[in-house]
Amino acid sequence: MKEAAPAGCAIADRVDQIIQKHAGRPGALMPMLHDVQAALGWIPEEAMDKIAEALDIPAGKVYSTVTFYTLFSTRPTGKYIIRVCESAPCHVEGAAAVMAELERQLGVKPGETTSDGRFTLEYTSCIGICGVAPAIMVGDQVHGNLKPDMIAGVLAQYE
Amino acid sequence: MEFVRAHVLVCHGTNCSLKGPAAIVRAFGDQLREHGLEGEVRVVETGCFGLCEQGPTVVIYPEGTLYTRVKPEDVAEIVTSHLLKGRPVERLMYREPVPQQPVQAFPEAQHFRKQTRVVLRNCGVIDPDSIEEYIARGGYAQLGKALTQMKPEEVVAVVRDSGLRGRGGAGFPTGLKWGFAAKAKGDTKYVVCNADEGEPGTFKDRLILEGDPHAVLEAMAICGYAIGSHMGYIYIRGEYTQSIERLGHAIEAARNIGLLGSNILGTGFDFDVEIRMGAGAYVCGEETALFESLEGGRGEPRLKPPYPTDAGLFGQPTVINNVETLANIPPILEHGAEWYRGLGTAKTPGTKVFTLCGDVVNRGLIEVPMGMTLREVLYDIGGGIPGGRTFKLAQTGGTSGGCIVDAQLDVPMDYDNLAAVGTALGSGALLIMDDTHCIVDIAKSFAKFFLHESCGKCAPCREGTKRLYDIVDGFSKGTGKMEDFALLERLARVMYKAPFCALGQTAPLPVMTTLQHFREEYEAHVRDKTCPAGVCSALVSDKKGA
Repeated sequence: MKEAAPAGCAIADRVDQIIQKHAGRPGALMPMLHDVQAALGWIPEEAMDKIAEALDIPAGKVYSTVTFYTLFSTRPTGKYIIRVCESAPCHVEGAAAVMAELERQLGVKPGETTSDGRFTLEYTSCIGICGVAPAIMVGDQVHGNLKPDMIAGVLAQYE
Repeated sequence: MEFVRAHVLVCHGTNCSLKGPAAIVRAFGDQLREHGLEGEVRVVETGCFGLCEQGPTVVIYPEGTLYTRVKPEDVAEIVTSHLLKGRPVERLMYREPVPQQPVQAFPEAQHFRKQTRVVLRNCGVIDPDSIEEYIARGGYAQLGKALTQMKPEEVVAVVRDSGLRGRGGAGFPTGLKWGFAAKAKGDTKYVVCNADEGEPGTFKDRLILEGDPHAVLEAMAICGYAIGSHMGYIYIRGEYTQSIERLGHAIEAARNIGLLGSNILGTGFDFDVEIRMGAGAYVCGEETALFESLEGGRGEPRLKPPYPTDAGLFGQPTVINNVETLANIPPILEHGAEWYRGLGTAKTPGTKVFTLCGDVVNRGLIEVPMGMTLREVLYDIGGGIPGGRTFKLAQTGGTSGGCIVDAQLDVPMDYDNLAAVGTALGSGALLIMDDTHCIVDIAKSFAKFFLHESCGKCAPCREGTKRLYDIVDGFSKGTGKMEDFALLERLARVMYKAPFCALGQTAPLPVMTTLQHFREEYEAHVRDKTCPAGVCSALVSDKKGA
């Protein structure tokens, strides 16, 4: 679970701290982006500009990197991101039914966030937990061997 | 030193962690205290035993009793009946799938008897957070031997003579790779562990790192010594939270006692390791895309040559090896190249860690010598197909591998034999599918994966994966035409050759092999607009409406 999202110039300060922490490291861009995503729940343009300046690279390169990766978001996300694996080992074990139930319970489609800001629902490619397919991740936690009637119980664990 | 009369090993691999082994460990703690046994029985949190679908698993020594699907509520009975009275709890014991007999000691279970656990030697045996236990089982002794008794070229020679081939999927001879890097010019060289494990159906690297992280660290240091590198990076996918944590602890523990860092074992050899996280991109498992990502940017592959051993990470000579490849290094140094060649097949010595998923009873992790057939793995170790259903097809090597049917189940599995029947050993993922599935629906999920994961750099893959998906999607929706089959074959021919990297080049393989084996089922979707398996919703409801 990420930290409570700071606001306004608190964002700028947090990003500055992260930049400081990784300054001078070879290949600092990815660790910086990971930390910003973890701290804020997304990577605002403001953060990208600051990182670009600190690393002396074009802002476009930072943006192009952020948009490449599944785990980085350019928009605010819910408190918890639910990632439903749709790769073959989970598909074969009933992932579609799990996703359908999540859509039903949350009232959102993949890519959307619930109106209370609690959950963002996403598809993901294989998360390497195929021994207990179908599996999902809620934040950092993995839930597996899922059937639709277990979904309510899983969601209830997250306030 | 404290002697205990019994050990309780509780699996903490991620698959078992889903059902809260922490609660089981706590329950054991409470119950042992209540019965005054805490001085006599030790509870250990270990890595993966391999019976992932039947977790949480607990093994009690000295008997080796294997309990599966253990709940915290069961612990009281295990303590009073098994630990106090010496009567194992039969209802919790692992049962052979056929016949349904409880197994008294886990090494006797067919599932384990047929395995040769080299890479997994410590998984499910030691506490992975304990460097002392790793050392007690011979850990870091091979690093010590290499640094104090062997020359770098001798280390390379042992690895080369062992015949070890890369276990990430490509099967390139590891010793050859190390030799190239050792000879490359340059003062700064790198060792990279590829722990990006994105191939669907594959979860071995995750569990090797969770169960025995020090094995990989020791191997990286040995590689560093062999090629002249002082810095290693482990690029691990960002989703692998537990593995990342375990590795972090392991690196710190190794540094604290001087097995990583400066002047290792007082030999003057420096080697350190840093963890770098991926951020959700399958293509970053491709070695040059991984370098691009680590250096800071989109994970788009580079042109080869130059190969990583000449110009890799940060443009420097680099050895990049898969987790499983590295985990083989300490045993090879310990027992020798000839011992390793005695396992497996002539062209692919050693063992392979396979991950069984899909419609198979014992879903999870196993390790067997190269050359075992899929029939033997599926039925003798995997326990066969659940629910008495019939085997339809298996995909080997992950989503980028091909599909085989019953007639090919007797192929001895290694890189060359599986390639000869049109599929791949790949990462060792084995996806088993029974007769309830629709082949078009499955092919669609294969195609969707590549569509999503294409990095976009080259047109044949960026456009080709989209068209591949669209055609198969059309089949599933009843909008396909018979001419699409010729189009599909032409598209596949182009994609096998034109894309910039292996992602695009293998994308058509799973679809085309299903077409090869199940042509009639595909044609039913197109010509007759029916889905014989009753899965494709557009075709099933059409029929119902008619």
